[in-house]
Amino acid sequence: MVTLNINGRDTQVDVDPSTPILWTLRDSLQMTGTKFGCGAALCGACTVHLNGQPIRSCVTPISAAVGQKITTIEAMSADTVGKAVQDAWVKNDVPQCGYCQSGQVMSATALLKANKSPSDKDIDDAMSGNICRCGTYQRIRAAIKDASKALA
Amino acid sequence: MMRTEWMNTPGPLALATPELSRRRFLKASGVIGGGLVLGFYLPVGGGRFANAQAPAAPVSAPNAFLRIAPDNTVTIAVNRLEFGQGVHTSLPMLLAEELDADWSQVRGELAPAGDAYKDPAFGMQITGGSGSVAHSYMQYREIGARARAMLIAAAAQQWQVKPEDCKTSRGMVLGPAGQSASYGSLANSAMQLPVPQKVALKDAKDFKFIGKPTPRLDVRAKSSGTQQFGIDFSLPGMKVAVVARPPVFGAKVKSFDAVKAKAIPGVIDVLQVVTDRGGQGVAVIASGYWPAKQGRDALQINWDTGGVEKVSSDQQLVAFKELAKQPGVVAKDADVSRLAAAPRKITAEYQFPYLAHAPMEPLNCTIDLTADSCTVWAGTQFQTVDQGAIARTCGLPVEKVTLNTMMAGGGFGRRAVPTSDYLVEASNIAKAYRASGKSAPLKVIWSREDDIKGGYYRPSHVHRAEIGLDSKGNIIAWNHAIVGQSILTGTPFEAFGIKNGVDSTMVEGMGEPYEVPMKLSVHNVKANVPVLWWRSVGSTHTAFVMETLIDEAAQMAKMDPVAYRKKLIGDKHPRHLAALDLAVGKSGYGKKALPKGHAWGVAVHESFGTVVAYVVEASVTKGVPKLHSVTAGIHCNRAINPMTIEAQAQGAALMGFGTTLPGAAITLKDGVVEQQNFSDYTVARMNEMPKIAVHIVQSEDPPSGMGEPGLPPLAPAYANAIAKLTGKRLRKLPFDLASA
Repeated sequence: MVTLNINGRDTQVDVDPSTPILWTLRDSLQMTGTKFGCGAALCGACTVHLNGQPIRSCVTPISAAVGQKITTIEAMSADTVGKAVQDAWVKNDVPQCGYCQSGQVMSATALLKANKSPSDKDIDDAMSGNICRCGTYQRIRAAIKDASKALA
Repeated sequence: MMRTEWMNTPGPLALATPELSRRRFLKASGVIGGGLVLGFYLPVGGGRFANAQAPAAPVSAPNAFLRIAPDNTVTIAVNRLEFGQGVHTSLPMLLAEELDADWSQVRGELAPAGDAYKDPAFGMQITGGSGSVAHSYMQYREIGARARAMLIAAAAQQWQVKPEDCKTSRGMVLGPAGQSASYGSLANSAMQLPVPQKVALKDAKDFKFIGKPTPRLDVRAKSSGTQQFGIDFSLPGMKVAVVARPPVFGAKVKSFDAVKAKAIPGVIDVLQVVTDRGGQGVAVIASGYWPAKQGRDALQINWDTGGVEKVSSDQQLVAFKELAKQPGVVAKDADVSRLAAAPRKITAEYQFPYLAHAPMEPLNCTIDLTADSCTVWAGTQFQTVDQGAIARTCGLPVEKVTLNTMMAGGGFGRRAVPTSDYLVEASNIAKAYRASGKSAPLKVIWSREDDIKGGYYRPSHVHRAEIGLDSKGNIIAWNHAIVGQSILTGTPFEAFGIKNGVDSTMVEGMGEPYEVPMKLSVHNVKANVPVLWWRSVGSTHTAFVMETLIDEAAQMAKMDPVAYRKKLIGDKHPRHLAALDLAVGKSGYGKKALPKGHAWGVAVHESFGTVVAYVVEASVTKGVPKLHSVTAGIHCNRAINPMTIEAQAQGAALMGFGTTLPGAAITLKDGVVEQQNFSDYTVARMNEMPKIAVHIVQSEDPPSGMGEPGLPPLAPAYANAIAKLTGKRLRKLPFDLASA
């Protein structure tokens, strides 16, 4: 048994410590908001926060998260910044297929927590690890700026 | 039990559109929870692509398109796959328009496989050809209008007034003396009334939803991680399967050692299974994806690749180039005898690689196979074909196969596979698992590597063009050859789409709208690489060839490329001119001064009935091109949801741009795909996204599609700008300025 702190709650999981956070969330805890896209930290669909920092949960074993705080998309509606980001996503009608958007929201939330008014370049730098095949990038940029304004 | 009532609909609408007389409406009662349930049925065999192998079958149960519940919730079935293109919102908009619904009460619901949900034009349930809104525009409106008439009739009966004295507004029927009743409160009594044979549809001036920018119904779920996709679906006791597929398409297993795989905690079983194209693979079944994937990677498999062709891209290119110089099967046969004596000539050879679709949600399929039935959950674009293929594989009658359509994370064509590859494979795994004496629902998940290496690519192509121009720069002869694999051979579309040996998807977009004397021939090459339609299909390459060559001809004629196009288009294609003029006007082309080192590029192309023109602004710095902005002029006839149109144009443009980036190619060596993941198969990222402004031509004509047409003209417009800056005509995708 491994104890993980997920969204503020200590949670026990019975998986090998080398198991990635992603599959522990999805298969052991049925928390499917975090998505599998590439399995190699190349697309950002699996982004969660580890102690507030955005990480790729598909390549991060749970052994690296013991005693740390994991935050997932499921906690974002109760997070001031996360909620502002989600509301901006809705306002800008950002998603298309929507599959990458959990990861996009997590990366954007981490960005805005670290940088309240990001420049265009800050946004591109923070978000270019998150692939969207539908091409929602232009609305993501606009939504991040809206969220930034809403939080000011 | 459900009771159905069939109604013919020979109304005035039938006169306008002949096929409407073949449609039938029905209602079903006895539905749990009550309310009004209205369905709709188009007999099989009515569609353009109707297949002789799929004879008309009676509908066994009503498939509801609309449910109005006593709590006023309006649930509208979506007879397509939603995978980003917005049909989950735009189709309900059409029905809600005629129903006069309160949009806040409207919900969308993806329909399972069912005869009622077949595309009215294709005659099969498919999401493709950018046809969802175009083909179902009248279908959804008619259902909404009939339901509205029934709700009015129910209210009129209740109030003892004439139906024609009642009005509707936002989910309410309003009576002449100030009476009002919500649709939900009337639903049960409306259900007792007959479905009207004749209904009048709204006049366009009264549209409330059609044409109004409307946010997606699924936007909140998709912004909060609560939207369930196929890969998120699970069943009690479900196991996960990951498959080792042959390294060369269709190869077989000589032997395998599963000792290490079985030693991984969570691994339940390792089974040899039938894979696509007559191949064999090994499936690892485990408690979850991670042990299954680890188990798969720990397998030691001795493959037998002896019996299958091993394609190498380098050799294929040499062979294609050689073939392109030979005459092939004739697709267009204009007189090109003036070529030899033409005072000026363009000779050009183009190369296009295989491309993977790489939707963000990896392929997956959940299957629950029992002794006498099978239930499948998958984000598929091709329910009719898939349901039949699953039934054949499992040895079940088709009515024993339930196929539930799941929300999908992209697709771009990869989820509409004539061989139903990933669904048949899942069926084979489920069969093998049952045969081993075990029984559990299974979810087969593909890794990204499995997806990139898994075939069904946009086919590679070589084009060769010889164009003769007169001294004024007019095109007097155009001899053209295309070499590639046929997509439609062996599919249900073959009879319709291949005529005289020419696959229409290989030549679509050639010639039109330009009045040029073109001789076009094709070479259909067979190769052991599965190919498939990829967003905008043939236009992914034909638009590039046409629009860069026309641009080059304009340059040779010393004419402005927009003026040259307009002259060649003439007056027979007003939609092309309107789209082009809109993009040109909004961009400031020819008026606005660009920064030093920047240039305009232009392209216009029609695909799937929609014309898209792009004017782009690009620069080249130290040999590296950059796309700064894109101005789009779109002619898709009546705009249903301008927000969807904008998103589709932006997304398709970005995908087209992605094909120009270094690494946007699938290559093979000795039969093995060389790419693995997003590390070596490039897709566009945010820092590369140009600003894309979308402008829509106003039109009152019935809508044409938007899923694909935004893709084709982007790459040629960009190449034309680069040619202006560098003098280099790029003829190879992805772009390689250094070797051009």
